[in-house]
Amino acid sequence: MQLVTALGFILVIIGIWGMLTRKNMIKIVIGFSLIDTGIHIIMVSIGYIKGRTAPIINEAVDRTNAAMEIVDPIPSVLVLTAIVIGLAVTALMLVYVTRLYKHKNSLNIDDYGELKW
Amino acid sequence: MGKRIIISLTLALFLYISLPFVMDFTPADKLAPLSEQYARDGVREVGAQNLVTAVIVTYRGLDTLGEIAVLFIATAGIGFILSRGNTTKGQKRESSRILQTGVRVLLPLILMFGVYIFINGHLTPGGGFQGGVVIATGILVFLLVHPRGKIHSLILQVLESISGFGYVFLGLLGIFLAGGFLDNSILPLGQAGQLFSAGAIPIIYSLIGLKVGSELVNIIKYLKQ
Repeated sequence: MQLVTALGFILVIIGIWGMLTRKNMIKIVIGFSLIDTGIHIIMVSIGYIKGRTAPIINEAVDRTNAAMEIVDPIPSVLVLTAIVIGLAVTALMLVYVTRLYKHKNSLNIDDYGELKW
Repeated sequence: MGKRIIISLTLALFLYISLPFVMDFTPADKLAPLSEQYARDGVREVGAQNLVTAVIVTYRGLDTLGEIAVLFIATAGIGFILSRGNTTKGQKRESSRILQTGVRVLLPLILMFGVYIFINGHLTPGGGFQGGVVIATGILVFLLVHPRGKIHSLILQVLESISGFGYVFLGLLGIFLAGGFLDNSILPLGQAGQLFSAGAIPIIYSLIGLKVGSELVNIIKYLKQ
């Protein structure tokens, strides 16, 4: 069983629990950020091959036989894009929290029930 | 009580879904065919040593263009939402002497480190996005220590617009001078391992780094009010 993949899933589960049970809006945003980080860890851990080095071909890697010596570079590329998108979504969520707080001066999500049916 | 049961059921369901994946997951022992092709031909075709940079800027350059668009839309949305409403005039206390001197030493070093990261994006780990974030961190430290400091808003807008425009312009140049959109052989590929190699990758990544850095500083400036 892969330890890093399991830790990634544990992070996602903790994030989902945090988003569902907490009432403070900032804690909900933190839960979302935990889910994001957990998914990134899972994606990077899929590309790992045991005993190999980073996908940078310099003096440490034999250039003619590079396919035998490096780790998969493609999950790292996907995670790079995913980190940036996670940053954009978290920043927008925090801005919404700021504006709601200025409106009613409370961080408890139960006070903002006007949109609920 | 019913809500608790539903929450525990959701978590148990997610655990049940993810458990086979964790238990039966055996890592691969050789590269996928696409990664093998990137490893074999990457340095020769693109000229960059860092394979992750080569994939992001050239093989998957169009996705990077979309990612820049996402960052720009997020910044625009934040600016729009935070611009309405009154600015609160809080107590702005000057920080201590140690912090001011520390920032005066650290800020040039942090900015230089960020620029180093995105200029050497094709040789060492790092690249445009990482370098831009380090630059924005330096400006954030400066704004934390001098809360009354002002950043010139026009310079930020001009920098960000020129970087974005330059990125698309270099991509369009690729259509006329080389293989296709965002091809990096519009400049000579050079010898792999040198600073001025890999065609247009250093220029493209520098533009990306400047754009990300200026956008994040813009976000920080909006959040300050």
